[in-house]
Amino acid sequence: MNSLTPLRFHVPEPASRPGGKPDFSGVAIPKAGSTRRPPVDVAPEEIRDLAYSIIRVLNHEGQAIGPWVPDLTQDELVAGLRHMMTLRTFDARMQMAQRQGKTSFYMQHTGEEAVSCAFRIALGPDDMNFPTYRQAGLLIAHDYPLVDMMCQIYSNANDPMKGRQLPVFYSSRKHGFFSISGNLATQFVQAVGWAMASAIKGDSRIAAAWIGDGSTAESDFHAALVFASTYKAPVVLNVVNNQWAISTFQGIARGGSGTFAARGLGFGIPALRVDGNDYLATYAVAKWAIERARLNLGPTLIEYVTYRAGAHSTSDDPSAYRPKHESEEWPLGDPVIRLKQHLIAAGAWSEQRHKQTEAEILATVIAAQKEAESFGTLHSGSKPSSRDIFEDVYTELPPHLRRQRQQIGV
Amino acid sequence: MPRMTMIEAIRSALDVSMSRDDNVVVYGEDVGFFGGVFRCTQGLQQKYGVSRCFDAPISECGIVGTAVGMAAYGLRPCVELQFADYMYPAYDQIVSEAARLRYRSSGDFTCPLVIRMPTGGGIFGGQTHSQSPEALFTHVAGLKTVVPSNPHDAKGLLIAAIEDPDPVIFLEPKRLYNGPFDGHHDRPVTAWSKHELSEVPEGHYTTPLGKAVTRRQGEAVTILAYGTMVHVALAAVEETGIDAEVIDLRTLIPLDLETIATSVARTGRCIVLHEATLTSGFGAELAALVQEHCFYHLEAPVMRVTGWDTPYPHAQEWDYFPGPARLGRALRDVMEAS
Repeated sequence: MNSLTPLRFHVPEPASRPGGKPDFSGVAIPKAGSTRRPPVDVAPEEIRDLAYSIIRVLNHEGQAIGPWVPDLTQDELVAGLRHMMTLRTFDARMQMAQRQGKTSFYMQHTGEEAVSCAFRIALGPDDMNFPTYRQAGLLIAHDYPLVDMMCQIYSNANDPMKGRQLPVFYSSRKHGFFSISGNLATQFVQAVGWAMASAIKGDSRIAAAWIGDGSTAESDFHAALVFASTYKAPVVLNVVNNQWAISTFQGIARGGSGTFAARGLGFGIPALRVDGNDYLATYAVAKWAIERARLNLGPTLIEYVTYRAGAHSTSDDPSAYRPKHESEEWPLGDPVIRLKQHLIAAGAWSEQRHKQTEAEILATVIAAQKEAESFGTLHSGSKPSSRDIFEDVYTELPPHLRRQRQQIGV
Repeated sequence: MPRMTMIEAIRSALDVSMSRDDNVVVYGEDVGFFGGVFRCTQGLQQKYGVSRCFDAPISECGIVGTAVGMAAYGLRPCVELQFADYMYPAYDQIVSEAARLRYRSSGDFTCPLVIRMPTGGGIFGGQTHSQSPEALFTHVAGLKTVVPSNPHDAKGLLIAAIEDPDPVIFLEPKRLYNGPFDGHHDRPVTAWSKHELSEVPEGHYTTPLGKAVTRRQGEAVTILAYGTMVHVALAAVEETGIDAEVIDLRTLIPLDLETIATSVARTGRCIVLHEATLTSGFGAELAALVQEHCFYHLEAPVMRVTGWDTPYPHAQEWDYFPGPARLGRALRDVMEAS
C-alpha cells in the first residue's frame, strides 16, 4: 500500500503559442516615473524592490518624467535616435544581403536597439565591453566604421577577422568591444576578470558584461556573479531579457525566480530592472551602475526588459514557436518610435526630419555596403588568404603548422 | 648551486616571475594565504600582497574565465587548478576561449595565460586525483602543453610559459613534487636532494618550450616519455640492461619532432610511454608521427606502454600504473620483434 502523492514533473510553458492570442498580462509594467532613484552608494539590501520593478522614464505621451530623467541634451538624444536608426537600417540591409547569398548568416537587433546604443553613450571611451552577438549598437554608437562591420559580415579580403569568424562576430579593442564567442556566457565571467585586472592595476577603466536571458542558465553566469561579488569588481553586469532564446521562452532559464535581476540579490549585488525599449531609462540606469563601478562600489546587475521583435538569426522562423503578431502586442513598444515621439513632443524633431534622416541613413548604409562589396562577399570577389588559416593560432607558427601549411601549398 | 624539490622550484619560478613583472598575478583555490595544497605558492601573498596572489572561489570556470579576461586586459595570470582532474568545469573557457582568442580576433586580443595543474598518479588519489588529461589539451589548436620531469626543468619551463605570449597548460606530475619516482612504489622514497637535476639556479632562466632532451643515450631502442615516466623509463633501462635511448619530451605541443625522428631513425625501434589511458592518448599521436617520419628505419612495430582504458582505480593503483616491470616486458618484446 502506498499512500504517498505521486510526484509531478513541471515544465514551464509560455503564455501563448502559435495560433494563440499574444498574452503579456504576466509582465507587470509600472507607470513611467514611478520608480525611485536611490543614491549610488545605497546598500544592496535597501533596493531589493528595484529588482522586481521596471524603471521607466518615457510615458505614453512621450514625456520624460520622474527621478530617472537623465541629463542628456536634445542634440545627444537626436544622436541616439540616429544611432538606433542606423543600426536598424544596417540590419535590414545585411539581412537582405544574407538572403541574396552574399553571406552565410546574420543576426538582427530589431526592437533591442536602445539597449546597446544607450549603454555605449553612458560608458567612457576607454572602458571595455564583453558583448554578445546582439550588441552591435556598441560599435555603431562609438563610430566604428560600417564598412569594416560589413567586410566582417562578408568575410571578404578586408575582413578585420580575416575570414575566421561567423558574421557579426566582430572584435575591436580600440572601440572597447571584446571578440565575440559563439559559446554563450563565456564572456560574462571574462568581463569580471578584465575588471579585476583594472582594479589590481589601479586603473580607472571599468568593464561591461553582456548576456541574454537564456544563457544566464550557464555556469559562467553564476561564476561571474560570485567573482564580481567576492572581489567587488568594477563591472556592470548586463542581462538583456528579450523574452526568447531561439525558440525557448525566458521562463525556461528563469525558473522560479521572479526576474533575472533578482539573481543578483543572493550575491549581494545591487540589481535594477529597466525598460530596455526606453532610451532615456536605459541610459540613466547604465549611468548609475557605471558610476558605482567607478567609485569602487562594485558590480551592479541590470536586467533590460525588452523584446526580440525579429528572428533569433537568419536560421529560424519565430512563427513556428510564438504567436505571429506577438511583437506588435509587446507592451513596452518600439525603442525607435518612442524616442522619436519624445523628441517630437519636446519640439526637437518632426516627422519630416525623421523621414529625411531615414533617407540620409539609408544612403550612408548603401554607400558603405557598395564599398564593402567592392572588397568581395562570401562567395564572390576577393577572399582572405588561405595562409590566414594558419596564422594567429600561435604568435609564431610552430613546426607542425608549418608542415600542414606546406601541404596546401601556401 | 641550491638544491630544490619540484615544489620549491615551481615556487621559485613564480617568485622570480612576479618580481620581474608586475603584471604576473597568481590565484586559485587555497593558493593565497595558505600557499596551495601542495605549497607551490607559499609565501607569495606575504611577499607580493593580496592583489598579486589570492584565494579564489571553488569554481574552475570562474578561475580560468576571469584569467582570460585579465590576460585580455594585459596581465599575465598564472592560475592554479588544484588537480588536473578538476579542470573539466574550465574546459570551455580553455578550449573555446583561451586557445582561440588570438585567432578569432586576428591578434586584436591575446591570452598570455598559464594554467598550472597537478597531474598523474602514484599518490593513492583514486579516480579524482590521479588523472593525466594531457591529450585533452594537445588535441586543441592554440594551446601549448608542458610536462616537466624534474626541478630544474620545472622552473625554467614555468618561467618560459609565463613569458610566452600564448596560453600554456602546465602539468605538474604530483608524484614528482617531492622526489624522483621511478615506479618502484615498494622501495623507500628518494629525495630530490640526491638528484643532479635538483640543482636549480636562484635567479631567472628559461628552458625553451618545444625542445626535448635526451636523458640517456642508447642504440637499441628509443623510449619517448614525459613527466614521471622519464624516471620509470630510466629505471627499466637499467634493470633490463637494454641499451635504450630515453627522450624526455618536456613540451608536448609544440613537439620536438626532430629530436624524436633523429633518434628513432638511428635505433629503429620505439616505445611510447605515458600514464594516461591508451586509446586516443598522446602516445597515439607520437606513434603515428614516428611511423610517418621513420617508417623505413623501423625494425619493429611502435609500442605503447600506458595506463589501462579504465578510470584510475584506488586500491589497485600499482596494477594500473605503467611501472618499470611493464615497460621492461615491452622493451624485451620490442627487441625480439623484427
